[in-house]
Amino acid sequence: MIHSLFLINCSGDIFLEKHWKSVVSQSVCDYFFEAQEKAIDVENVPPVISTPHHYLISIYRDKIFFVSVIQTEVPPLFVIEFLHRVADTFQDYFGECSETAIKDNVVIVYELLEEMLDNGFPLATESNILKELIKPPTILRSVVNSITGSSNVGDTLPTGQLSNIPWRRAGVKYTNNEAYFDVIEEIDAIIDKSGSTVFAEIQGVIDSCIKLSGMPDLSLSFMNPRLLDDVSFHPCIRFKRWESERVLSFIPPDGNFRLISYRVSSQNLVAIPVYVKHMISFKENTSSGRFDVTIGPKQNMGKTVEGVVMTVHMPKAVLNMNLTATQGSYTFDPVTKVLTWDVGKITPQKLPNLKGIVNLQSGAPKPEENPSLNIQFKIQQLAISGLKVNRLDMYGEKYKPFKGSSFVSDGEQEPKSLSSQNFT
Amino acid sequence: MAASPAYGEEKGGSSSLGEPEYGHDPASGGIFSSDYKRHDDLKEMLDSNKDSLKLEAMKRIVAMIARGKNASDLFPAVVKNVACKNIEVKKLVYVYLVRYAEEQQDLALLSISTFQRGLKDPNQLIRASALRVLSSIRVPIIVPIMMLAIKEAASDMSPYVRKTAAHAIPKLYSLDSDQKDQLIEVIEKLLADKTTLVAGSVVMAFEEVCPERIDLIHKNYRKLCNLLIDVEEWGQVVIINMLTRYARTQFLSPNQNESLLEENTEKAFYGSEEEDAKDAKAEAASLAKRKPYVMDPDHRLLLRNTKPLLQSRNAAVVMAVAQLYFHLAPKAEVGVIAKALVRLLRSHSEVQYVVLQNVATMSIKRRGMFEPYLKSFYIRSTDPTQIKILKLEVLTNLANETNISTILREFQTYIRSMDKDFVAATIQAIGRCATNIGKVRDTCLNGLVQLLSNRDELVVAESVVVIKKLLQMQPAQHSEIIKHMAKLTDNIQVPMARASILWLIGEYCEHVPKIAPDVLRKMAKSFTNEEDIVKLQVINLAAKLYLTNSKQSKLLTQYVLNLAKYDQNYDIRDRARFIRQLIVPTEKSGALNKYAKKLFLAQKPAPILESSFKDRDHFQLGSLSHLLNAKAVGYQELPDWPDEAPDPSVRNVEVPEWTKCTSREKRKEKVEKPFYSDSEGESGPTESADSEPESGSEEHSSSSSSGSSSSDTEEEEEEEDSREQSEDKEEEEEEEEKRPKRKDKDGSRKAVSGSAGSPSEEEEEEEGAKKGKKKAPQGRKGHAETSSEEASTSESSSSGSDSGSEAEAKQRKPPSSKASSKEISLLDLDDFTPPPPQPIPSSSIISTSLVTDLEGLTLTDTSLTPTLLSPAFSAVKTYELLHRMAGEGLAVEYCFSRRPFPGDPHMVAVQIQISNNTDTEVKNLRVNEPKPLSGMRIQEFPEIERLAPGDTASVVMGIDFCDSTQAANFQLCTHTRQFYVSIQPPVGELMAPVFMSENEFKKEQGKLMGMSEITEKLMLPEKCQSDHTIVQQVTSAANVGRVPCGASNEYRFAAKTVTSGSLVLITLERREGSTAQLTINSEKMVIGTMLVKDIIQALAQ
Repeated sequence: MIHSLFLINCSGDIFLEKHWKSVVSQSVCDYFFEAQEKAIDVENVPPVISTPHHYLISIYRDKIFFVSVIQTEVPPLFVIEFLHRVADTFQDYFGECSETAIKDNVVIVYELLEEMLDNGFPLATESNILKELIKPPTILRSVVNSITGSSNVGDTLPTGQLSNIPWRRAGVKYTNNEAYFDVIEEIDAIIDKSGSTVFAEIQGVIDSCIKLSGMPDLSLSFMNPRLLDDVSFHPCIRFKRWESERVLSFIPPDGNFRLISYRVSSQNLVAIPVYVKHMISFKENTSSGRFDVTIGPKQNMGKTVEGVVMTVHMPKAVLNMNLTATQGSYTFDPVTKVLTWDVGKITPQKLPNLKGIVNLQSGAPKPEENPSLNIQFKIQQLAISGLKVNRLDMYGEKYKPFKGSSFVSDGEQEPKSLSSQNFT
Repeated sequence: MAASPAYGEEKGGSSSLGEPEYGHDPASGGIFSSDYKRHDDLKEMLDSNKDSLKLEAMKRIVAMIARGKNASDLFPAVVKNVACKNIEVKKLVYVYLVRYAEEQQDLALLSISTFQRGLKDPNQLIRASALRVLSSIRVPIIVPIMMLAIKEAASDMSPYVRKTAAHAIPKLYSLDSDQKDQLIEVIEKLLADKTTLVAGSVVMAFEEVCPERIDLIHKNYRKLCNLLIDVEEWGQVVIINMLTRYARTQFLSPNQNESLLEENTEKAFYGSEEEDAKDAKAEAASLAKRKPYVMDPDHRLLLRNTKPLLQSRNAAVVMAVAQLYFHLAPKAEVGVIAKALVRLLRSHSEVQYVVLQNVATMSIKRRGMFEPYLKSFYIRSTDPTQIKILKLEVLTNLANETNISTILREFQTYIRSMDKDFVAATIQAIGRCATNIGKVRDTCLNGLVQLLSNRDELVVAESVVVIKKLLQMQPAQHSEIIKHMAKLTDNIQVPMARASILWLIGEYCEHVPKIAPDVLRKMAKSFTNEEDIVKLQVINLAAKLYLTNSKQSKLLTQYVLNLAKYDQNYDIRDRARFIRQLIVPTEKSGALNKYAKKLFLAQKPAPILESSFKDRDHFQLGSLSHLLNAKAVGYQELPDWPDEAPDPSVRNVEVPEWTKCTSREKRKEKVEKPFYSDSEGESGPTESADSEPESGSEEHSSSSSSGSSSSDTEEEEEEEDSREQSEDKEEEEEEEEKRPKRKDKDGSRKAVSGSAGSPSEEEEEEEGAKKGKKKAPQGRKGHAETSSEEASTSESSSSGSDSGSEAEAKQRKPPSSKASSKEISLLDLDDFTPPPPQPIPSSSIISTSLVTDLEGLTLTDTSLTPTLLSPAFSAVKTYELLHRMAGEGLAVEYCFSRRPFPGDPHMVAVQIQISNNTDTEVKNLRVNEPKPLSGMRIQEFPEIERLAPGDTASVVMGIDFCDSTQAANFQLCTHTRQFYVSIQPPVGELMAPVFMSENEFKKEQGKLMGMSEITEKLMLPEKCQSDHTIVQQVTSAANVGRVPCGASNEYRFAAKTVTSGSLVLITLERREGSTAQLTINSEKMVIGTMLVKDIIQALAQ
C-alpha cells in the first residue's frame, strides 16, 4: 500500500521523508515537481500522478504537500483519506500543521508515522490510541522531561488497540464531567446577479468535546431530526438506533471529535441572512471603473451577523483600487488581484459600504464580466437550519445520579453558523 | 529537544565549510571526516550508560533519517541499544533498525535474538511489537525465523498478536515469494478468525499474497459480511473491495432480466448506436434464457450489510460501498449511493477530485441516479480548475431533454469565467450537449457562433473547433456559418482553429464556391508563416479545390504545393508529394488519379463527441486503475458475471451447534442482526479454527435471555454493557439461530416481551403453529377456493385476524408463504421481514367460533372413535409446499398422514401431492440435494418420471425431524427448474400414539415428575365442554392416542416421539365451572412446552 511519504513545502524542499518498506529515493518527487510546475496554482496539482515505477498520491494541506509513493493498485481515496488523517493528527498534536511545527517535533512526527502505518497499511489512526502511545508535547511536559529525563513515549501499553471500542481509552477520569456539543452550520449558496438563489444548501457538523469519566453511553436526541437529510457518523454511533429512532446513541471518544456531519435537504428553503447591493462598472476608455458594494442583514431572528469577510477576485486588468470603507478595512493584493474586505459585525442601523475607484491597466480591454463576490459570515447562537437538540441522556456510568444532571443541563449547544455565500 | 537546534547549526556549519573545501565529490574523504567527527559524539552518547544521553543521540539520528540524511555508519552503535530498557530509546532504535537493516544485513542479525525473546513475552503487546519489528527487517537470512514467528503468532491467544501476524504476511511475501504456499496456509487459518481486529488485516494480506485464491473466501464469506460493520474503517475498504470481486465470480448478474423496454427508452435518445446494439444482443441472450432471476441470499446479505457504511465518515469506505453497489446491486437499488457520493463533494478537494471521476463514470451508465442532485454539481468560482472540469463532465453526462435548458443557462455563465481552461472545457461541453440532444442543437450552434465574436481568442478558437464538429453533422443547412467562419481566418491566430476552418471550407467547398478559392489565395500568401497543422490543412484545401474547381484554383494549388515541397517539415513535404501525384494527372500517376475525387471528397462520418469516461467502468470503480484509466500494477480485474451461478453451498459452514437449521434459515437470521455490536457481528458462521480458550469456557452458558435480534433498544444497551462478554452473547446467538421461526416479526416481538428463556419462546412459536393448524382442517373444506391464494404471501405475518372466510384462505396461505415468500422477501427492501416459514396466523380468535363449528361438522364421524392407535383417525391438514404461482404452475401440497413411514419407524411420513397446472408435461420430478441439518434425515420419494398437464400425483416421503420443529429443507427439481422448499412440522406431528392402560399411564407419569411435568390452567370455552369436542381438539392438535380413564372429568392421551421414542403423556382435568388443568409429562421439555401451548390454543377455540 503506502510505500513512502514525503512532506514538501511550498518552495519545493523535501523536509521530511518516511519509508515503510524499502527506501524510495527522493528523486521520485521530481515527477511531482514537474506536475506542480505545469499546474496553474497549488490547488490544481493533480492528486494522482503516474510515474514509470510508482504512483504519487498527494494532498495539499496548510501549505504543505503530503506526497505518498504507491507501487501497486490501491484505492486512491484510501490514501488521500489517510493522508488527511495524518495532517489532522499533526494538527491535533501540535496545534497547527505547519512546516515549523513538524520540524520542531520531528521525532514525535516520526514516532507517530511509525505507529500509524505498518508496512503501508494503517494501524492506529484513532487519536485516542495514538495519544496513549505518544503523548502530545506541551510546554510543561517538555520542562518536566528535561528535568526528570522521562519521555513523551507512554510507558503504558496501548490498551485501546485491543478493545472493541478503539476510539475510547480506558480508565478516563475527570473531576468535572462535561460534555459540549457545537453545532456548526454552513450555508452554501450560489446567487445570481439579480439576487435570486440558484442553489443553496446547508451543511452542518456537530463537534463535540466530551470529558466524562469511565465508559459513558450517551444518547442525544433532536427536536426535529427529520431535518437531517444525509448524515455521516463517527464510527462510535450506533447506526441502528438512528435508523429506527433517530437518536444518536454512542459511547463517545474522549476529548474533541466530530460526532456527525449532515446536510439539510435543499428542498427546505434556505433563508440567506445577508444581502449584497453591488455596483461594479468599468468605463470603456478611461481605464478606470467604479466599485460600490453594500452588505446588509436580512431576517435573522434578531441575531447579529458577525465576522463578515468579503473576497473578490478582480479581473486581471485591474491595476489598483482606491476605496473607502465605512466599516472595517480592506486590502487589495495586486499580484493575485484579490480584494479582501474585513467588515466585522453588521449593525442594521449603519450598513457597511465599500466604494471607490478601480484603476485598470491602460490600454487593456475593458473586463467584460463583473467579478463574483464571496462573502463569509458567522451568526452566533443560531443554527440556520433550525436544528434543535432535545436532550442528552447518559447511561452506563455510576456517577450518573450525581453528575448526570449537571451535564444534561450542561449539555450545552453552542450553535453558531458559519456561512459562506458565493455571488456570481 | 534542546540539543537539536545546536545540531542543526553544527551540521549547517559543517556543510557550508565542507562544500567549498571538498568540492564536488560528496564521497570524498573530507566530508566523511567531518561526518565521522560529528557521528563520533553521537557514538559516544550512545555508548554512555545514561538513558537521557542515549535518547538525545537517538533523537538526533532520527531527525537525520527524517531529513533523508545518511546515518548508516552509526549502525553498530545503535544496534547495541536494541535491548535498552528505556522505552523511547527502544522505539527509536527500532525506527533506525527498520530503516537501515536492509543495508547492513550482517549487523542487523545481532538484534534478532532480542526480538525472538520478545516473541515469547507474556504481554501480548510486547509479543506484537517484537513480531512487527522482526518482520519489518528486510533481511532474507531470517526468512525461516519470520515464517516460524508468523505461524506461531497466527495461533496466538491474543487477537492483537494475530492481527500483527496478518500484517507480517505481506512483508514476508515481498521478501521471499517462495514462501507463498506456507503463507497461504496461515492466511487460510487467519481468515477463519472471527474477531474484527484480525479481519481487515488478513484480507489485506490475502489481497497482496493470493488474490486469485477466491476459494479461500467461500467459507468465510458470510462471516466477513457480518463482521464488516465492526471492522476498523481501513479494513472495511479492503474487505469491501475484495468482496466485490468475489461476488462477481459467485453470483448471477441481478440485472440480467432487466426488461428490454426500460433499457431502450432510456438509451434511445442519447445512447450511441453501438451501445444499443450491444445491449440488444445481451438482451436477446438473456431473453433466450428467460429464467426468472432470484438473487442469491448471500448476494443480498452483502448488499444489505454494506449499506449502512455509506454513512461512514471515511470517504474511502463510502466510495468502496458505492462501487460495490454500482457493480453488484440491481439497477433499482444503485440509487442509494448517489446521496452519499454527493456528500463527499463537500470534502477536501482531493477527495472531490477522485469522487467526481467516479461519478463521471457512473453518470454515463446510470444517469437517473444523479439527476436529482444536478445542482450539487454546479460549479463554484472558487473550485480549482481540475474540479471544475470534472463537474462540467458530470453536468454534460447528466444533460437530457428536460434539464438541458437549465444546464445551458449555467454553461452560459461559465463561459464568462476568467479561467480560460475552464471556458474552453465549457465550450466543448456545449458541443457535446448539442450532439447528444438534437432538440437543442440549433440553439447551441447559434450560441457558439455568437461566441465567434468574443474578444478572447481562446474562446473563439475553441468554438471554431466545436462548431466544426457540429457542422459535420448537417453541413447543408449551415453555409452561412461556414461563410462567417471563413471571414475569421483573417483574425484568428490559434492554429487549431485556423486548421479547423480550413478543413471545413475544403470539405464543404461546394456550399461556398465563391469564398473557398479566395481563402486559399489568402492562405497561400501566408503559407510559410503558418504552423504545421495549418499548412497541412492548406494543402488539403488546395487539393480539394483543385478537384472541384480546378479552373480557379489550379495555379494556386501548384503554388502551394511548390511551397510545401521545400518546407522544413518532412510531413508537409511528404504530404505535398503525395497529393501532387494523386491529383495532378501525369503519365506516371496511373490508376489512382481517377479515384482522387472519391478519395478526397468521400463522405466523412461525423465525429462522435463522447465522454472520456465512457467505458471506464470496466475498471473497478474507486480503484487507482480507474482513475488513471490504465491498469495499475497489481490491479485485479473485475470479473464478468458468470452465466451459471457456481454452487452456492460452498459458502455453507457446518458447525455442530448450528446444525439444526439449514443454511437458508441461517442467512435470514443473520440478515436481521442489529448494527454495531461485536457480539452480534461475531456470531456469523463461526467455525473458527483456533477456538479461543475463553470461548471454550463459555460454551456452557445457557440459552437464556431474550437476545432477540430485532429488539432494538434494550438489547443494544445491554450489549454495550457487556461487550467483553461477547463470547457469551455469541452463544445465545447461536442458540437463536437454531430457531428459524424467529423471523416472524410478531413472533420475535413476543419473544422479547416474554420474560426470558428459550422454552418460553418456543412456546410462543408453537402457539402460533398451533393456531395455524387449527384453521387448517376447516380450510380444507374450502379447498376449491383458491382464488385467495394470490392474496399476498406476506399476509400470514400480518396475523390474519378476521373472518372465517379468510381462514379458508389460510389453508393455502401459510405454506405458500413458506415457499414463495423466501424469494420475494429476498428481493424486497431491507425492512421487509420475511414471513414465518410456519403458518402463524397468530391472533385469529375472532374467527374461532366459525372455525370450530365447521370443524365439528367435518370431523364428526372420525372423532367419534377417539380410540387408540389409530394413526389415520385425525383430520388431515394440508399445507402448501409450493404455491402454483411460485412453482410456475407446479403446485405442491403436503400433509402429515399420521401413518408410520414404511421402512423407517423414526421418520414422519409426509404425503406430498403434486399437481401440474401448466400446459406442458413436467418430467423428472424428484427431490434434490436435501440439506438436512445434522441428525435430520430425509427419505426421498421415488422420482416421478412425468406428470401430464392437469394431472396430480401423490407420493410419500419420510423425514426424521429429530424431534425438533426445525424445517427440513430440500430442492424440488423438475427437468427444467428447481425450487427450494421446506417442510416444517407442527410439534404435534412429531409423535405417534401409543396404547397404554390407565395403570401404565399412571406409572409412567410418576416417573416423569418434577422438571418433566408442565402444568397449565385454562378456561374451556362453552363450545368445548363436551367430551367429544375436547378429545377431538386434542387429537387434531397432536398425533396422540387416548388412554382410558376412570374419572369422567379427566382425559388422558399418550404418545411417543417419533425419533427418540420418549413418552409424552397428556392429562386434561376438568374442574368446576369451565376451568381445566392441562398436564403434560415428557422428558422432552421443549416438546412438552410447545405442546401445552398448542393444545391450549386448540381448546380455546
